[in-house]
Amino acid sequence: MSYNILLCGVGGQGTVLASKLLAATACKTGITVHSAETIGMAQRGGPVTSHVRLGEDAYAPLIPKKKADLIIAFEPAEAVRNLGYLKKGGAVIVNSSPIKPVTESLHPAGYDGSEMTKYLEGFVKRLVVVDADDLCKDLGSAKFFNVAVLGLALGAGLLSFTKEDMLSTIETTVKEAFAEINKKAFITGLAAGEAARQANPELAVPGEAREMSKRNLTDEEEKHFLAVKEEIEEKRRKAAEGVKS
Amino acid sequence: MKTEYMMGNKAIALGAIAAGVNVACGYPGTPSSEIIDSIAKANKDKAIHVEWSINEKAAMEVAAGASYAGARCLVTMKMMGLNVASDALMSLAYVGVEGGVVVVSADDPGPISSQTEQDTRLFAKYCRIPVFDPSSVEEAYRMVQDAFEYSEKYKTPVLLRPTTRIDHAYASVTYDETAKPKDVPGFVKNSKRFVIFPGLSRANHAMIEKRNPEIGEEFSDYAFNRVYGGKDVKKAVVAGGTGFAYAMEYMQGREDAKLIHVATPHPLPERFLLNALEGVEEVLVVEELFPYLEEELLMLAGKHKLSYKVLGKHTGNSPLSGEDTAEGVAEEIGVFLGEFTHEEERMKSTVEQIKDKLSGEVKTPPLAPALPVRPPVLCAGCPHRASFYAVKKAMKGRKANFSGDIGCYTLGNAMPLDMVDTCLCMGAGITMAQGLHWTDPDTVNFAFIGDSTFFASGMTGIANAVYNEADLTVCILDNSTTAMTGHQPHPGTGRNMMGDVVAKISIEGILKGMGLKKVITVNPLNLEEAVEAVRECAEEKGVKAILFASPCVALFKPEQKCTVTDRCIGCKNCIREIGCPAISVKEDKITIDALSCTGCNLCAQVCPVGAIEKEVR
Repeated sequence: MSYNILLCGVGGQGTVLASKLLAATACKTGITVHSAETIGMAQRGGPVTSHVRLGEDAYAPLIPKKKADLIIAFEPAEAVRNLGYLKKGGAVIVNSSPIKPVTESLHPAGYDGSEMTKYLEGFVKRLVVVDADDLCKDLGSAKFFNVAVLGLALGAGLLSFTKEDMLSTIETTVKEAFAEINKKAFITGLAAGEAARQANPELAVPGEAREMSKRNLTDEEEKHFLAVKEEIEEKRRKAAEGVKS
Repeated sequence: MKTEYMMGNKAIALGAIAAGVNVACGYPGTPSSEIIDSIAKANKDKAIHVEWSINEKAAMEVAAGASYAGARCLVTMKMMGLNVASDALMSLAYVGVEGGVVVVSADDPGPISSQTEQDTRLFAKYCRIPVFDPSSVEEAYRMVQDAFEYSEKYKTPVLLRPTTRIDHAYASVTYDETAKPKDVPGFVKNSKRFVIFPGLSRANHAMIEKRNPEIGEEFSDYAFNRVYGGKDVKKAVVAGGTGFAYAMEYMQGREDAKLIHVATPHPLPERFLLNALEGVEEVLVVEELFPYLEEELLMLAGKHKLSYKVLGKHTGNSPLSGEDTAEGVAEEIGVFLGEFTHEEERMKSTVEQIKDKLSGEVKTPPLAPALPVRPPVLCAGCPHRASFYAVKKAMKGRKANFSGDIGCYTLGNAMPLDMVDTCLCMGAGITMAQGLHWTDPDTVNFAFIGDSTFFASGMTGIANAVYNEADLTVCILDNSTTAMTGHQPHPGTGRNMMGDVVAKISIEGILKGMGLKKVITVNPLNLEEAVEAVRECAEEKGVKAILFASPCVALFKPEQKCTVTDRCIGCKNCIREIGCPAISVKEDKITIDALSCTGCNLCAQVCPVGAIEKEVR
């Protein structure tokens, strides 16, 4: 059995760190993992992908088309660009806020990201659309989305790791000065992920990615977790009321 | 022993350290650069001599010298670097080595970040030396050690050719962290052995041709040359490199066909292949780049009068160019094994879509929206953008050619800058500008070259221009690093790979020493001064140089940023003129992305109404 995760985005969004954290956590928990990145020329504002392959029987460095269990897209158009990798019935997490290339500024074709998320909604049942700027507003910068989205994937039941394992990987992998803020980002994502899972019961498939452990968060983490969750639910209530009225 | 999740290039580095490497040298080039970086990082006690050589040829020659003294040497480069180093390697193959010499030449199928799709395996055959072709990160770690053993046993340089998907892939590798460099016996003079003359070449060439089949015979028992899958089958897939990994992904556990892994393409392990192919009637070859194994198998069939049929690139079963994909290889093998036809495979997804639609499982998806193209661009705040813009502005309305070179600044070709008319290979911009000049002396010629490329192969071109009296302005884009390949130091940076602070070689001093009468150093971020320097040079005959000096923005944290004030009239002049990726239109307003802006202030200098202001972060 293998579990394939494709991370995609635009150079500079931090997909490489996200894939490193996933792979390092897998290694620590005894899961065989291989990954591959696109780096080099593509880094300069071009599309980037990381292929993370968990399991013994993954030989190829890249995920075959239609074999990705999960796509984590840091940008809406990049999600659509890589949709061919998604297996039938696979899950997609996508950041809805677009990165417009220079060519779009020079010759506007009207790209604003919403056409991409709309397209995904028609195609993918197990879909989480999240606005990175919104999710990361308490963190001071959307650059922490790369770690927040891992929490989101875990909270949504799309990863087979434990909170504890992922938090300790973050602690040991990122620079000490950024460990706290990244852990906070992870918890923020975790709360959003759990909320997304409650909103869409079909999001997680039991057994596909093992349930996460019930490791207790520290008091502070717990408080933050509940606050984010409350805020998201509040927003959803308001949106629902808006629809009714 | 220690286990760590690491990049393929680090695994190659640690494999070389485990083999007791004494000297590691190379020139940066994607996808090979992290090998030297990794050795330098692990070299805390400075027991290994590690260097970024000035170019690949220099690296090969440093290694040759050290090897004659008995040192184990690792030389790293991308495959086009092998072209540069080939003069040295070709002769070294004839002279032979004392300490093991392993040359890593990283191929880049695709190509993803290269100018060509050449195949190092073919180069090994051309040089008449052995080559190892790893199919995974774990294998690469082992193979580099084996390569050293073979190199010393047969006194020949040996090639290791990983591809991008090995170099930049990650896996768990268990490595020997206690390894120490080998003892170096020292140089024993022997001019009969180490001075290449026709007599030596004649004798050694004959020896090499006699030796190679012996190596091929030994390779027939090499652990990584292995057969997987069924016995007594009529169909076999022969694969090497990443192709083997893709084939294994599809064929694992199967008994109705066999998968033959060739890990040492040259010299060909003939006995291994003849045994593996016994009773086989049809062979599909899966390999990236040149149809190397395919042609070897055809030759083998001719030589031994075998009747197996060989399918591959020459028969249209697999593509002759480009990078392989898992699904592409799966389709090739599936069709070969008679599981489906290409047409059926292509129809399958259409049928699936129709079924899904009929079952109501998915809503009818709207037509996929047009995806924005994302050509790579110069980073926000990159000083190269300012340098190109200054030349463009100064030359507006004049007939001028802009010869580019290899590095980040090749991206100066993108709109709206559009400032790279030619790009061929390392250092060629300066010499090509001279060629252009001799065909049309009335057009002004500019050559752009980065600081690292200048040291690698720009200096000879300048000497050529001065000597032959060409008219030319050389623009040296000095950002104090080798940016494109991951910020390696070079002779102008004052640091080396041993971690020492060393004397900086002054580019300005070199240019003046070569006899250039005009050498202007200017900060490209000061637009007015930069434009003035360009105008001044364009007016004069002879060889002139402008040193555009400003450090790479990826190397430091910006302390300032630019913001758009409400004086903005929305004319989009900033976007049209410089095309900085930090500037975009959001809700009909020009905005500057605070995260990526470095406060270079170029946009403020092109704004016609002074609406952009610089502020402290």
